[in-house]
Amino acid sequence: MQEKTVNHKAWFLVLPVLALVAFSAVIPLMTVVNYSVQDSFGNNQFFWAGLEWFREMLSEERMWNALGRQMAFSAIILAIEVPLGIFVALNMPKSGFWASFCLVVMSLPLLVPWNVVGTIWQIFGRVDIGLLGYTLDALGVNYNYTQDFISAWATLIVMDVWHWTSLVALLAYAGLQSIPDAYYQAAKIDQASRWKVFRYIELPKMMGVLMIAILLRFMDSFMIYTEPFVVTGGGPGNATTFLSIDLVKMALGQFDLGPAAAFSIMYFLVILAISWVFYTVMTNLDKREGK
Amino acid sequence: MADMTANPSVARKASLPRINSRLVVMTLYLVFLMLPIYWLLNMSLKTNSEILNSFTLWPQNLTFANYATILTDASWYMGYVNSMIYVVMNTVISVAVALPAAYAFSRYHFMGDKHLFFWLLTNRMAPPAVFALPFFQLYSSVGLFDTHIAVALAHCLFNVPLAVWILEGFMRGVPKEIDETAYIDGYSFGRFFVKIFMPLIASGIGVAAFFCFMFSWVELLLSRTLTSVDAKPIAATMTRTVGASGIDWGVLAAAGVLTIVPGALVIYFVRNYIAKGFALGRV
Amino acid sequence: MEWMAWTWPTAIFFMVIAGLLITFSILAIKFPETPRKGVLQIETTRGDRLFITLLGSAFINLAWLGIVGAHQPYAMLVCLAYAAAVFRWV
Repeated sequence: MQEKTVNHKAWFLVLPVLALVAFSAVIPLMTVVNYSVQDSFGNNQFFWAGLEWFREMLSEERMWNALGRQMAFSAIILAIEVPLGIFVALNMPKSGFWASFCLVVMSLPLLVPWNVVGTIWQIFGRVDIGLLGYTLDALGVNYNYTQDFISAWATLIVMDVWHWTSLVALLAYAGLQSIPDAYYQAAKIDQASRWKVFRYIELPKMMGVLMIAILLRFMDSFMIYTEPFVVTGGGPGNATTFLSIDLVKMALGQFDLGPAAAFSIMYFLVILAISWVFYTVMTNLDKREGK
Repeated sequence: MADMTANPSVARKASLPRINSRLVVMTLYLVFLMLPIYWLLNMSLKTNSEILNSFTLWPQNLTFANYATILTDASWYMGYVNSMIYVVMNTVISVAVALPAAYAFSRYHFMGDKHLFFWLLTNRMAPPAVFALPFFQLYSSVGLFDTHIAVALAHCLFNVPLAVWILEGFMRGVPKEIDETAYIDGYSFGRFFVKIFMPLIASGIGVAAFFCFMFSWVELLLSRTLTSVDAKPIAATMTRTVGASGIDWGVLAAAGVLTIVPGALVIYFVRNYIAKGFALGRV
Repeated sequence: MEWMAWTWPTAIFFMVIAGLLITFSILAIKFPETPRKGVLQIETTRGDRLFITLLGSAFINLAWLGIVGAHQPYAMLVCLAYAAAVFRWV
């Protein structure tokens, strides 16, 4: 890190970004706040409703259930993707053609449009035409992601692992690449075990990037919409109706502006709080490394 | 974690079994990644009767009819054209406004800089579902509903922060002395930025553009909400076709394969920066 | 602007927030901020503490609405106490 000079004129350089993001973030958010305290009856007639929608959403099972499912989903995929990603990164070739090859193949799922990710797994999991569903069915497993609660969850989790584990692996790999060879040689001389090398050399060096990976994975899984929407549509029943799916259903499906807006605000507040915690931890890590 | 301790240690065993265990892990993982994509490709090359009536691991009657359908039917290929138009617009806008901002963040302290930077991050983290409804109202009221520019601007919500973060990460690596020398040599800010600084971070600009392109390309919720006919993206075309009078699996699979192609074509060039891009420039 | 469905209470709410931001900006110019470490063991400036206060207040209000469900103005008293605590100790 280099020393920065104080220059308030730098504000002019930031101005375009500020204007653009204000237009596409601040105005919509203000609108959401306005909607959340009013009731609407079609053709844009609004009536004051006060905090009624907030009270309703807080006391309604629906939001809490969606939140619970969301938390469970995020926790499960983090618990799988982070260790698996680290494990894959440790096993990747260090350099040469195969390293490039692995990087390219691993990046591929990350670049697939999200609805196509859904389509791929929708096809892959079908018992009549999909390889996965057909194989499971042939093995005698009772698998049907449109009917069965466990199948639906398993499909979505495997799909997310397929889609995003590479992200964790790539970031962890980038962290590993920054470790000088001398560290490993020193460990060799000390006859450190594989676990000790991991625990005291590799893990601390990866900490910074891992934080970013966890932040991104947590946030993106917390607002997941397209993939489960395509695969299960939130079903069977409401078994895979996550926060975003429920919100879109309410806002664009039923056009319940008030409740949807109240829901949005609470959703956004949770995101804001979590982002802040991660950002604070990240900048503090940066500072410690800088010293 | 248990698997990792089980790995043969570097010090004790010969190198041969170690290479093998690595090979096995990587092969398994890469096969796991490629299998679903292979299946999609496989389906796109079959006829519908083969898909539905027999279960085959590779196409028995190789056919390109599904691709032909997409590339000759305007209601299909216009989806790709629409997507391309708004994605390119969004990339140009995002990178253009992010460049000066990233320079400011990487070089100067100014009032509220940390808070601004954090605020940008929150926009990257904000769920599009929260913004779908107000965007719909906003763009309808200004008469931009179902235009390419509406989607391009909406995607700026998460792409501008992304571009700023990535570019800032690259710019931090350029020594400040270069700026100072240029100013002493009498360069104005504008000329210095375009003539000297931008070539220095050309790879950063390329990576930022790639990621803006990609995240705009893969997004569905906002682009579907903000369009109906004239600017309908390929992603929406796909979801709407599913459901109408049975599903044409072959064409659906072919459309899916074609959406993966743009990313796959350029991925080789950004392979070394892909971690940096996904990590918002923080690696 | 009609589609935004402005109401006076929300307008006042945003004006208060904007007012706070302007006030703190002016304060930052007049009396430059020095970061300090508080009970959370993180460095915070005046602006950070304002953010913590506002975000926390939102959650206090929601909790009050969900648990008590009436007398919302009293939640503001809790927020004021919380704000004082944040600015004193964090």
